[in-house]
Amino acid sequence: MRAFTELYDAIDSTTATSEKLTAMADYFESASPNDAAIAAYFLSGQRVLRTVPTKLLYGLTLEITGLPGWLVDASYAQVGDFSETIALLLPDPGKGSDASLTEIYERSIVPLATSDDAARRAIILDAWREMDARQRYVYQKLIRGGLRVGVQKKMVVRAIAMAHDLEPAIVAARMSGRMDPTPEWYESVTSEDAGEDIARPLPFYLAHQLDDKPEDTLGNRGEWLAEWKYDGIRAQLIVPHDPHHNPPMLWSRGEEDVGEQFPEILAAARALPGGTVLDGEVLGWEGDRPAPFAFLQTRLNRKAKTAGQLPMFDERRIVLRAFDVLRFEGKDVRGVTLRERRNILAYLELPAPTIAATKPVEETTWEGLASLRETSRERRVEGLMLKHMGGVYGIGRTKPGDGTGWWKWKIGPMTLDAVLVMAQHGSGRRAGLYTDYTFALWHDGELVNFAKAYSGLTNEEIERVDNWIRRNTVRRAGPVREVKPELVFELGFEGVQVSTRHKSGLAVRFPRILKWREDKTADEADELASLRRLAQQ
Amino acid sequence: MPHPSTTPPLVSAAPGGLAIDVGGREPLAMIDPWRPAPLAIITHAHADHAYRGSERYLCSKPGKGVLQTRMGKDAAIESHAYGQPFRVEGEAGAVEVTFFPAGHVLGSAQVRLRVLESKQPADDRTWVVTGDCNFSAREANPNPTCARFQPVACDVLLIESTFGLPIYRWPDPREEFEKLNNWWRMNAANGRTSIVMAYGLGKAQRVLAGLDPSIGPIGVHGAIETLIPNYEAEGVELPEVVHTTQKARKGLRGVAMVIAPPGILGSPWLRSFGSTRTSMASGFMLVRGRRRWRSFDHGCVISDHADWPGLLGIVEASGAKSVGVTHGSSEPLARYLAQTRGLETFVVPTRYRGEAEEETASNDAGEGD
Ligand SMILES: [Zn+2]
Repeated sequence: MRAFTELYDAIDSTTATSEKLTAMADYFESASPNDAAIAAYFLSGQRVLRTVPTKLLYGLTLEITGLPGWLVDASYAQVGDFSETIALLLPDPGKGSDASLTEIYERSIVPLATSDDAARRAIILDAWREMDARQRYVYQKLIRGGLRVGVQKKMVVRAIAMAHDLEPAIVAARMSGRMDPTPEWYESVTSEDAGEDIARPLPFYLAHQLDDKPEDTLGNRGEWLAEWKYDGIRAQLIVPHDPHHNPPMLWSRGEEDVGEQFPEILAAARALPGGTVLDGEVLGWEGDRPAPFAFLQTRLNRKAKTAGQLPMFDERRIVLRAFDVLRFEGKDVRGVTLRERRNILAYLELPAPTIAATKPVEETTWEGLASLRETSRERRVEGLMLKHMGGVYGIGRTKPGDGTGWWKWKIGPMTLDAVLVMAQHGSGRRAGLYTDYTFALWHDGELVNFAKAYSGLTNEEIERVDNWIRRNTVRRAGPVREVKPELVFELGFEGVQVSTRHKSGLAVRFPRILKWREDKTADEADELASLRRLAQQ
Repeated sequence: MPHPSTTPPLVSAAPGGLAIDVGGREPLAMIDPWRPAPLAIITHAHADHAYRGSERYLCSKPGKGVLQTRMGKDAAIESHAYGQPFRVEGEAGAVEVTFFPAGHVLGSAQVRLRVLESKQPADDRTWVVTGDCNFSAREANPNPTCARFQPVACDVLLIESTFGLPIYRWPDPREEFEKLNNWWRMNAANGRTSIVMAYGLGKAQRVLAGLDPSIGPIGVHGAIETLIPNYEAEGVELPEVVHTTQKARKGLRGVAMVIAPPGILGSPWLRSFGSTRTSMASGFMLVRGRRRWRSFDHGCVISDHADWPGLLGIVEASGAKSVGVTHGSSEPLARYLAQTRGLETFVVPTRYRGEAEEETASNDAGEGD
């Protein structure tokens, strides 16, 4: 636990990726396989099976510190992180625990999942007793369901590869799919000769955002494949060598097995030859264009058992639009050009309509494409994808040096000017500042709340807004401050849907702050009706 | 000892600061006024306690040098030794004033007040205004650059509460300095300049006193340098420093520890040190979000304000039955003292956020509220 807590602090105290990697690699190199597996598991964003409810920890904290609840609440408001608040409040941090991460995991974390509240209290109290303040903090993070220390799984992959002198691509392939906090799992990831299992997804190749005009940066239109950019779920369909023995699998980019939610895709995949891996987008489809994202959402949230039981009369259906092939007849074809991979895709005779290849957008000039792109919203797509026909299928967001690669050429987001009406403290690095805002639009002369947004302002702006909020609070309800409706912000979002759960009757997707409109007064902000018009597009 | 409501309190929050009142048309004097006053009693020279423009200033003897530097050489400043009572007179009466060490920065003083004479019925209680203060029951003297806090008995105590929440419990400063020195050593080994942000008066000198000069050269920003002679004049021993002139910066690059005020974060001045790592010396560094917010690479938990146990210790040692709380988490501390100690408590409004604000150079929850 001591080494892992030091690792946490080392990662947490630097913003440089290289230093985080070195700290992790040092840890993986010296840790036991079991400690390393548990560390890799949690650093990659995996969570405990059953998290300890905040209420239980809150009760224990009151009991041990003897502090009144309101004072713990006031402390939390200043810290912005409950795990840390507890660690700062608990008495008698001793010299710290010398137990290994594995011992702590087996003794003080795993049993929590199967114990009743009384037993959980005893386990947590024992753990607190032996730990110092920093260890308690990390422990709380683990049992409350997430380290969140600014490390992504791909960094863990690189660190393990560094520590064991392996190719990052091999470690990435071995680590995609299921992770286990066991020494066996860790050894399977780091062993020299682990057989590559086709059931594991390959790393997804990601596109970069194109901000300039394609004619200025991408060169000749004829070398590029243009496709519509769909707003669905990026997924990899894997058909093993013997599809009767090993059923096909569908993996999302979050490396989640989403096959159960989309059984029709798995069923259609049985028509594909063994040893095929396709990359594409899972979409709801309606007539000649994608269905609104909400349709896909209901399917994602549905329990696996009922997923197949779609009402017969629904004309919308689930499809996989395949745009690439990564394995063909069991062979890895990521190293051949896109032109060749598209030929393979055509050769495969995909089982349409459920699984079909994306259609290239044929427009032959950049200017023509640019004007066609303007029709994206009616087509319910996010813009265009541009992929060099001579490029290989890379790993993650790596940028090839040869001018190939993938680009997303998105249309601008929908925007509205909205009024700031409420604010709340942020958490983590923004603790203590009001950074979580609620926005409203006009409706019949009144402001109706419609979206929450966080990011988008510069640090300097955040501080100024924070200061303004403190001086213009009209009401406080717990952590929330209602403010004078004066400040106007330009918000961008990806889509609007009708929603019965929202007071405004509409729900926006990915709202974010584009600009603080200091030039506008509240009565110049937009009407709810404008948002409704956007929803109807 | 409940105070009879017919007589006005000796000390009260007035529009321009804390007023000392014995019933005349004008207050007898003001404590830390933020508007020019005929007579200003200054607890310490921090910018949010000492303002220019008053006709006369009163402060502690060791605080005179720094106050003069900050108020200008023409300011009329009269100083009194710690523990030596003196008389302040006005048309309506006279008050006995005594300074006691507050442990916050060089010359910082608690102000004890008693009415000596008054034409009208007066508040007969003994008051103590702590100003910013630092007290640790554990350490003999947590801050070697100023006199140790001295508990003072009183009836009414006005105390600050910059860190008035139970989350604030300071680690041993020696351990924090050891960590800071190790961090410096590691940066120097990697050819990086270490920059530690510290408020110019008090914190910077305290950090300076805690550094190990055998590791490498120590540079100080001009804003800090100007105050060092005042410290030397008061007999405070500080290590040798290099002034960060353009020429000197070359020699500091990659090896030195540089002490600078927080405002320079992200400035061209900072960039002239080549590859740098930044730390901040502040009690707020105890909280992770505060370290991460400005992307400090390191946080040094060194505060010139009392932590939660320290504040409770000060209240207890004073024996006061009535406690006013100001600057910071005043509401929680007042409520806690009332609930658990049975004291009569009240919140003293302040116009300005505490000096801790300047320590972090960022906005702060719970302050100014
Ligand atoms: Zn101060």
